[in-house]
Amino acid sequence: MGYPHPSHPKETPVLSKHFGDAGARTYEGWVQRGGYAGLRKALGMAPDAIIEELKASGLRGRGGAGFPTGLKWSFMPKGDGKPHYLVCNADESEPGTFKDREIMRWTPHALIEGCAVAAYAIGAERCYIYIRGEFTEPLAVMHQAVAEAYAQGALGADALGSGMRIDFVIHRGAGAYICGEETAMMNSIEGKRGNPRIKPPFPAAAGLFGMPTTINNVETLAAVPHILNRGADWYKGLCLGNPKSTGTKLISVCGHVQRPGNYEITMGTPMRDLIFDMCGGMRPGRTLKAVIPGGSSVPIMNAEEAGDCVLDYEGVIAKGSMLGSGGMIVMDDSADVVYQVWRLARFYAHESCAQCTQCREGTAWTTKILERILAGKGKEADLALLLDLSDGMTGKTICVLSDSCAAPIVSGIQKFRPEFEAYLSGARQPALAMA
Amino acid sequence: MSGATQAHADTPHQPIFVGEVQARLEALYPHYPTRQACLLPALWMVQEARGWISEPAMAEVAEVLGLTPAYVKGVVTFYTMYHTHPVGRHFIQVCTTSPCNLCGAEDVLKSLLRESGCGELGATSPDGRFTIAEVECLGACGFPTPILIDDDFIEHVTPERVPGILQGYK
Repeated sequence: MGYPHPSHPKETPVLSKHFGDAGARTYEGWVQRGGYAGLRKALGMAPDAIIEELKASGLRGRGGAGFPTGLKWSFMPKGDGKPHYLVCNADESEPGTFKDREIMRWTPHALIEGCAVAAYAIGAERCYIYIRGEFTEPLAVMHQAVAEAYAQGALGADALGSGMRIDFVIHRGAGAYICGEETAMMNSIEGKRGNPRIKPPFPAAAGLFGMPTTINNVETLAAVPHILNRGADWYKGLCLGNPKSTGTKLISVCGHVQRPGNYEITMGTPMRDLIFDMCGGMRPGRTLKAVIPGGSSVPIMNAEEAGDCVLDYEGVIAKGSMLGSGGMIVMDDSADVVYQVWRLARFYAHESCAQCTQCREGTAWTTKILERILAGKGKEADLALLLDLSDGMTGKTICVLSDSCAAPIVSGIQKFRPEFEAYLSGARQPALAMA
Repeated sequence: MSGATQAHADTPHQPIFVGEVQARLEALYPHYPTRQACLLPALWMVQEARGWISEPAMAEVAEVLGLTPAYVKGVVTFYTMYHTHPVGRHFIQVCTTSPCNLCGAEDVLKSLLRESGCGELGATSPDGRFTIAEVECLGACGFPTPILIDDDFIEHVTPERVPGILQGYK
């Protein structure tokens, strides 16, 4: 449902069905709403059968990359005698994205259940839930729910009487966007600086504490019990045409729409239905100018591209961007694209872990050049320079943080060039004073 | 953080990991295969007890977990939520990243700097009540502007609401 708004008829509430319903937060309340049946069912299945069910459902990672979840789980070695770990990525920090926060705040047991199923399927003795440090309320709710799940015997030495041991540890982050990158997160849990690691080795071979590890996003894991309860065919059927993108997706909509919030759509829903029907369209007297559809790390779309874009993994790629985390930033004609591109570049400059030169220097210099342009002191060659730097920041570093900084810069210049030129020519008044 | 005793840089370091705090840290050991992995939780405990993390506190954490003080400092300074100098009784983090920026976050920040008496980012108000920091995306973009005062997450903050909100923090 479009929390905090009532559910819209064009939504398909599965994960968000109980958002806003405080009764769903307790163990008992969750059981009354059908909870823990998925875990119970899973514990009666062979781990391989669970993985096959997930593969058949078509579920893909909801954190941004869209990698098939069942396939990811199948990479975990079997019978290797080493400890295995599951990491739940609850470091939601991608500008525009605020869905995992609501899953944890309202349906903590859905996440616990999903994590427990995953831990069992991959043979993990322990699940670390990494929650960003600023999420004080989700942290409190999750701590309470995990304690309750232990007290009720759903977790611990004999999970739901199955004889299986499933342990959970909640690990609080301390303010670092980069820790949402899976290998940086593992370093952070190990008590290190959150620097991403070079891959390979991939986490399934050598992840947390050097052991086989699977890492999944909150929304991905929360979908798992529903798939086990209702079957892969049901989930696969939640699809408006493209069989590669199935199920429901929470889209966090923010910016200049009448009703920002989290909307749960069936994959394949037209973007215009989301923006103009579910979110109530633009503010009075305003028109749509630009959309960043998948969190700040993906290319900006103009109104025309957004107008006939279909919301699923392939549909957004076809329009030159990515579905990413589903954090949709909507801008109307009052938005200054140059200013917002600068603000995003500044974000990445602040969050760069500074390991790779292209990222450390590139994010800082692109920010400074954009600042110069906004201060009315830009040079004619600055746009070419920005594009050149962006090229040097794409595909050349350990992780994709610098690629993410380049995405809005390149797409911003490509699609809104006259706005940049207006600052360069002096046709537009400076928006920033330069220090 | 609220109500924590603010130690000054020149007061001798009083050990933190004794009694109840030590017991809380030791209770974490079985959850991780290494002591080093308890570093982030241990640093949170220091900040909770003292309001910030001084160099002697880093040295104490290093000793307790079998690390070097330099290593601990390297980690402390990587994460923005750990304070390496004393802050006001209430620490305010204001989101000004793009989604909130589009919806007026800069005006909220200006209002907070003015009404709190802080004047500028990172400065503590003369009455010692507040320190304000800009923060990159608080993850509540649909409810602009979110701010975090100590552990209180407040959504939909507007410049008009600022004086009333600050009154709740003495």
